[in-house]
This record gives sequence, structure tokens and C-alpha cells, in this order.
Amino acid sequence: MKAKKIFNKNKIRHFLFGMHFNDGFLFKAIIYLLLIAFSYIYLYPLLFMVVNSLKNIDDLIDPGVNWVPKTLYFDNYQRAFKVLELPRAFFSSTWYVVKVSVLSTATSALVGYGFARFRFPLKKLLFALMLATFILPPQVTMVSIILIFRKLGLMSKQAAIMLPAFLGQGFNSAIYILIFHQFFRTIPKVLDESAQLDGAGPFRVFRSISLPLARPAIIIVFLFSFVWTWNETFVTGLYAGGAITLPLKLMAFANSYAALFPPGTPGAELNEAIKLAGNVLTVLPLLVIYFIFQKWFTESIDRTGITGE
Amino acid sequence: MIRNFFRKIGNWIYDFHLKIAPFTAKLSRLFKNNFLFRKEGTQIVFFRKLKLKVTNRRREALTGYLFIFLWLFGFLVFTAYPLLYSFYLSFQTAFFNIRTGIMTDPAGLTNYKNVLSDANLLPLFANYLGKTVLAVPIIIVFAILIAVLINQPIRGKGVFRTIFFLPVVISTGPVLGELILQDATSLPSLSESAAVRSVMNNLPRFVAEPVTLLFDSLLMTLWYAGIPILIFLAGLQKINKEIYEAASVDGASPWDTFWKITLPSIKPLITVNIIYIVVSMSLYVEAGGILDLAKSHMISGTPDNLFWKGYGYAAAIAWIYFLMMVLIMLLFIGLLSIRKRRRSR
Repeated sequence: MKAKKIFNKNKIRHFLFGMHFNDGFLFKAIIYLLLIAFSYIYLYPLLFMVVNSLKNIDDLIDPGVNWVPKTLYFDNYQRAFKVLELPRAFFSSTWYVVKVSVLSTATSALVGYGFARFRFPLKKLLFALMLATFILPPQVTMVSIILIFRKLGLMSKQAAIMLPAFLGQGFNSAIYILIFHQFFRTIPKVLDESAQLDGAGPFRVFRSISLPLARPAIIIVFLFSFVWTWNETFVTGLYAGGAITLPLKLMAFANSYAALFPPGTPGAELNEAIKLAGNVLTVLPLLVIYFIFQKWFTESIDRTGITGE
Repeated sequence: MIRNFFRKIGNWIYDFHLKIAPFTAKLSRLFKNNFLFRKEGTQIVFFRKLKLKVTNRRREALTGYLFIFLWLFGFLVFTAYPLLYSFYLSFQTAFFNIRTGIMTDPAGLTNYKNVLSDANLLPLFANYLGKTVLAVPIIIVFAILIAVLINQPIRGKGVFRTIFFLPVVISTGPVLGELILQDATSLPSLSESAAVRSVMNNLPRFVAEPVTLLFDSLLMTLWYAGIPILIFLAGLQKINKEIYEAASVDGASPWDTFWKITLPSIKPLITVNIIYIVVSMSLYVEAGGILDLAKSHMISGTPDNLFWKGYGYAAAIAWIYFLMMVLIMLLFIGLLSIRKRRRSR
């Protein structure tokens, strides 16, 4: 009888505190609690954005309405939809971003392979310079690049972004090249050599052996390039100009709104909720992409071994 | 009709081929008995004199350069040359005009002196410095904390990974700006509590201002932890579990194992993350911030404009900013290595 009691006591203790430090129930509960709390803090701005974009003016002013609007007010979205000229702006924006991403993915694959596979003089120096371009702010070189583009007649054209991307100098290109470099280093060289014995030249080996194996790296680089190109506004706005991506259109939101709903007409006041609706619509395509491909994003670093061995 | 169409195209190609045939023949002869270079067995002969043996190593080097050629060309045209030219411009007064192109005038160090005494820019530089120096340790600690929490044996790791990476996907300049404007990025209870306020009021202004700035956008600052968390997680997963078991057999507490095993093994990743965080924080362009002002100086500058000072001035601003960025990185990396040296003694 007594032995059974002790046994029960131990069972409860093991359940609560576990055999080791980190497998008891209490420990896990605390971990979950902390993680959920941090998640809430972390996503607070996003929740704020979504909730407030659904509020009408009364809810927006009413201090009693915090998280749950009294009515779901979709009028904000209708307006933001019109102001951003949405279906058309979305497609032109996506088309532009896809072009840039394809170019920079292709070039980074080539360059990453070159750095990973071949021995050539000055390789270490060039690789270090390539990595160093990551920390160089585009603002340092903008004064002369803008002159180059003016001379080439590329100013305010999409080509002004696509050309540097094609030449491996686009936004965050160093990271893409590094990803491919690390990935190609993990593919055994024996595969290349066996193809070489069958008479394939280096480009043939790259195209038919290494590139198919690098599918994860290609997908990851393309996704990151898509997201970062979509989100980049400074360089894009300066060189390619105008409103070619949705975030750039969002920057001119207040002006476009005033043009579409001139002062004096009903609904002319631009309030926070409408602006936030515009923000939500701008990031919505990215959210959709993220939830479809989330594994590729969150496992990117494990899969490419970018942290080194 | 379709057959006609293809016949037409075929004829067209044939005609074209006939037309260019003499030319291609000449071209191929040129390559066979070339004066510039031709192949003789395993040797390439340049100018009929200079002989170069084709070795495996040379062939490999050539192939390597062919692969990285696109990048190398781009680097020279769009990074190296602009870098040197903008350094040169920062010592000039330079203005652009559609009719005349760029007009430069040597100015010595005037641009740098003017930037460092600009009443608009100076507080911005101080705030940037203070905010970044404060934010980097906070982000690093937060990222390590979250990574260690997710790495515990719990369910739903994927969900939490997804949550903490989300901001990387959606953080675009205008959206962040709007959220900061609408006060969605501060912890209200923190910035409005009396204790924090009274401390703030008693701090000197050059300390208090960056701190307030940081608190006002604290959540946004934590959003920079998205990628560092993943990097730390990847590092944590590579630590051998047996080391922990051996340590706990020897009586080490979880607290000890964290400081003695976990932290040292992810230390190289801290350096990587510091660089990443400093770069991504510095590249965020705030409306009315330093980078925005540099752009305005560049675009709006004309010789008779007193306020906007043209290309040279913009280049000087950008160079000072870049220098500060590198100094911040070096500061943190230096701090890390000092601790390491002391420990190894």
C-alpha cells in the first residue's frame, strides 16, 4: 500500500518536473507560455494593422473598441482597392518583380558555381569583395550610378534595376551568391567528374548535373529575391522611378487618395483605417506566398547550410 | 497555307545563309590561321610568337573566370567604379544639369566639414548611432532567447518558426513607416509608465533621445530578429546532444550548460548576426532620415540653391554614414573578441 503511494508520488513528480530538466509538464507549460507571449508581442503591429483596417470612423475614435470592431467595415478596403488601382498594379508589380528575381537567381547560380567549383588566381580576394558588397549601402554609390544610368539612357526604366540584378549587383545579391556557393560545395565533386569522363564540358556539367541538384537553392533564392525586391523601395524608386511596385504606390497613397476623392466630396477625409487597409493590401500577396511556401522560408538556412560547417 | 508559311521562312533563312556565307567562311579561316591566336596541339600561340601551354590548371582558371564573368563585370561597372567616383565626388562641389552633365569643382574637405556642422544632420547621426548601438544587443539577446525556447523538445516548432520569421516577409519601408506613425510599434505600458518617464527626464538629452526612439519603435526593432533567430536555431541544432548528457552526468545545471556549452558553440554566429542586423537596420530608409536627406541633396541640388547642396554633399553624407556603420560593426565584433581572449587565458 505504502509502496504504491510513493510510486504515485513519483509519477506525479515525473509528470510535473520530468526525468531531466526539460521534459516536465511545468517546464513545457512555461516554454509555451513564453513563446505565445512573445509571439503576441511580435505580431502585435500586424494584428493592429488588420484589426484597425476593419474599423469604421466611430470604432476608430471610440476608446472602448480596442480589438474587436463593432461592425466589420469593408468599405476601407474598397477605397484602398480603388486608390491602389489594384488588379492592374498587382499584375504589373508581380511581372516586374518576377523578371528581376529570375535574372538575379540565374546569375547568382552561375557565379556561385564558379566560386564553389573552380580554382583560379585571386579567387579568395574576389570572393571577399563579393561578400563585402553586402555591407555597402546603395546610397554610397548612388551618386555615380545615377550618372551612369543617365548616360546609358536607363533612368526611370525597369532596366535600371534589371541590369545590375543580371550582373549580380542587385539588392542583396551577395546573399544569393553565397547561398549558391554554400549549396554547390555540398554536392560531391565526383558527380561532376563522372560526367566529365563521359565527355561533358564544364557548362554542360553545370546545366545537366549541378543545376538539377540545386533545385532547393534555386527555389529559396527565387523566393527571397521575390520578397526583397517587392519590399525594396529606395533604390527602385530612385532608378526605376514612378510607381512600378505596390509599396511605391503605397508611398503616394495620400496624394492618390486626394486625386480620387477630391476634398468636398463625400468620404473625402482620409483616415487611418483606409491607410492601413492599403498597407494590408500591399503585403497581402507576400503573406499568401509566405503561407504557401513557409517551409522553404523557415528551413532556408538549414537547407542551404549558409551558416557554414 | 501553313506549308507556304514554313516554305517562306525556309527560303528566307536559305537566302540569308547564302548572303552571309562568304563572311562566315572568312571568319572561320581567320580562326584557323589566326594571327592573333591559334591552336597548335596542346599550345595556344599568340601573335605567332608567344606560346602558352594549355594545362589543366589554366583551363580550370579560365572556366572559373567565365562562370563569374557576369559578376566580375558588374562589380567593376556598378560597384568598384561608382565607389571610387563617389569618393572622388565627396571632395568636390558637384551639380548635375541635363544640358552640361556633371560639373565638378575641387572643394577639399569642405563637404565633410559642412556635413559635420549641419544642424539638421548632426542630431540624426547621433540618434542613428545611439539607436543602433542600443538595439543590436537587444536584438541579439532576444534572438538567442527565442531560438533556445524553440529548440526545446516541444510540439509546434514549425508554427513558432513561421510566426517569428513572418516580419521578414512583410517589412517594407512604407508599411513600417505607417505603423510607426500610428504608434503600433511601441509597448504602451512601457513608454507611458511613470518610472520610465522620470528616468528619461533625468537623463542627458543625447542619451535620452535614442532611448525614446528605440522604445517608440521597439517592436519594429525586434522584427529585425527574424533571420538571426533562424541562424541561431540552425546553430543550436548542430550541437551534439551527447555533450549535454555528459555535462549533466558530471552534475552541471542547465544554467551552466547554457553558458559553457550553448553560448560558446553559437558564438561565431553572433558575429554573423551582428553584421546582418547592423546592415539591415542601417539600410532602412526613414522619411526625413539621413539617407532620405542625402537623396534630396543629390536630386534637388543646384549651384544657386542654399539649402540643397548637390552630388558632392550627398556623397559625403553617404560616406560618413557608411563609415559609422562599419565602426558600429567593428565595435561589437571587438567586444566579442575581447571576452573570448579573457576566457581563454
